[in-house]
Amino acid sequence: MRLRSRPRQPPPDALPAPRGPVPILAVRKLVKTYGQGDAAVHALAGPRDADGVEQGVDLTVYQGDFVAIMGSSGSGKSTLMNILGCLDAPTTGRYLLDGIDVGYLDEHQLSLVRNRKIGFIFQSFNLVPRTTAVAQVELPLAYAGVRAAERRRRAMAALTLVGLADRADHRPNELSGGQQQRVAVARALVTGPAMLLADEPTGNLDSRSTDDVLGIVDRLNAAGRTIVLITHEDEVARHAKRVIRLVDGQIYEDIRQAPLQGLPPALLDPVEFASHTLHIGHVRAHANGGDR
Amino acid sequence: MNPFQTLRFAFGGLAANKVRSGLTMLGVLIGVAAVILLLAVGNGSSQAVAASIQALGTNALTVSSGSSSSTSTATTIKPLTVDDARALADTSQAPDIKGVAPEVSTSQTAIYQGTSHTVSSVVGTYPAYFEASNSKVSKGDYFSNDDVLNSRKVAVIGSTTATDLFGTVSPIGKVITLGGTPFTVVGELATKGGTGFQDPDDTIIAPLPTVQNAFTGFSGSLSQILIEATTADATTPAQNEITTILMGQHGITSASAVDFRISSQTSLLSTRTSTNQTFTVLLGAVAAISLLVGGIGITNIMLVTVTERTREIGIRKAIGAPKGVILSQFLAESTLLSMVGGGLGVATALIGAHFKIVGIKPVVIPSSVYGAFGIAVAIGLFFGSYPASRAASLRPIEALRHE
Repeated sequence: MRLRSRPRQPPPDALPAPRGPVPILAVRKLVKTYGQGDAAVHALAGPRDADGVEQGVDLTVYQGDFVAIMGSSGSGKSTLMNILGCLDAPTTGRYLLDGIDVGYLDEHQLSLVRNRKIGFIFQSFNLVPRTTAVAQVELPLAYAGVRAAERRRRAMAALTLVGLADRADHRPNELSGGQQQRVAVARALVTGPAMLLADEPTGNLDSRSTDDVLGIVDRLNAAGRTIVLITHEDEVARHAKRVIRLVDGQIYEDIRQAPLQGLPPALLDPVEFASHTLHIGHVRAHANGGDR
Repeated sequence: MNPFQTLRFAFGGLAANKVRSGLTMLGVLIGVAAVILLLAVGNGSSQAVAASIQALGTNALTVSSGSSSSTSTATTIKPLTVDDARALADTSQAPDIKGVAPEVSTSQTAIYQGTSHTVSSVVGTYPAYFEASNSKVSKGDYFSNDDVLNSRKVAVIGSTTATDLFGTVSPIGKVITLGGTPFTVVGELATKGGTGFQDPDDTIIAPLPTVQNAFTGFSGSLSQILIEATTADATTPAQNEITTILMGQHGITSASAVDFRISSQTSLLSTRTSTNQTFTVLLGAVAAISLLVGGIGITNIMLVTVTERTREIGIRKAIGAPKGVILSQFLAESTLLSMVGGGLGVATALIGAHFKIVGIKPVVIPSSVYGAFGIAVAIGLFFGSYPASRAASLRPIEALRHE
């Protein structure tokens, strides 16, 4: 069965539990306000009731999903991302990550959660300067207390997965932007986190590197990894199974583009998906190919 | 994160800014080297002083005229006389006294074949002086008791005086004119050396009556009486005997009304040693301040490093570095700075101690080496802990946003 279903079906470990989808993260009545009084900025507010009281944002993401959170600048998407990544604490509301209520954790436990449960991918790559690619990828494992030999083995495996095994000894300044971001992806997934959190992962990349990185993200999701991605580009959101639009600190729309169980849109029908690319350069390349 | 890993990160962090790390280390280096070297100089000078006082003889006691302290109730002060000296030389009354040398001293100009030299210390005394003052002749001989009895115009000269008057020629048998009186040089003293203001080798020693005849007159009063005790331990009983005898000689009944002073080389030694200790402590304090400044340099650089690497700290926190790891990384960096700086400082000081500094041969105190190095490392830990804890308690989101 496994062999037969391989081309179209996700691997068995990504199959949902028999009782239905398993939630990886759940936020309830989440509110984030910066500042106080008249100067307060309501970054995340959710719908308001008749009295104008903020009801907060509710959101549940299930295991194996690929969610794109969209919104213009100031819509609260980065605030949401920071809270989901345990980098910032909400003003009010609950946040359950993989069944753990993050609100009750102290500083040390939060660092453990960031290490074990979340893999970060940032817009500006955020690699540690003057450190080789393989050492970058080893870093989360080092913080987790994994032994050196095991660390090296797993780091190399992660680098191979993103196609950078031959660049293991290169430092960030010796890598292109796309390669740096792929190192960051390898670093994010090396600990086997419950979810990958990507904040505008392609914001600083050219269209080819964007396709490289998104291709890796698609394959990771196809392999069962839960992905939450923040973007303002439609081309990037196109890859997600579910698209959530934030406007003024509340969820404006929530669209499912592909079923939770199964492959992400880009892998369901690669040729059809590629033909609808929004990259200007790629449209021409595709057209040229069609002429020939 | 094992300690080795932490140390490797620390090395990487320091190597990233070689000039800055080097200059910070230089601060610690100078501090540590200054502490060790200055203490070594102070120690060396006090050892030199102790050695030169030792050279004067530790058995020697000096009796001089005058009230011993401000609380003395002496009304009249009788000068010391040759009779006093004779009474002290009585071995039945003073069994702990080995030799007595009455002294008169003056300053005269000596002339030899047109070369003139002012001798700061011209001493008229008895032959016992040579033993009591630990003066040995290197050429010729001492003058004798016979010379004293006959008031012969003979002299034993110090090595500095000999060099100034005769150059490299042997002075023995030559006649010098001292304050208009001709003296035949019979001996030259071995060099004593010394660090005091007065050169102990610039001296002329002649028989007591000769000097009295020629310069100080026959008033009979002495500048001082130099006494040699039988052993170094016998100086205290000898002092008591001197007090008893001189009180009898001067007709004084109350011990608080004595009109003479007795000083021993040991008391002189302890005074000089304590002076030197003060000097050493002062030097050490100045050096310690420079070490402290070096420590503040570490804080400064670490604060700059933390600010500069705020973003990196944010990244490390985002991928799960606990507070303790960040703390230990920055602490390891600052401790490494101070340890390498301190180690190099110790090396510099040990090399520097081989050279003479302002005429003093430094003598390194081993405990100052361990102390200075230990303090340097402690300073690294202490001054590094503030920037390190600032780095560790940064909130990840703010650290990441830092540009």
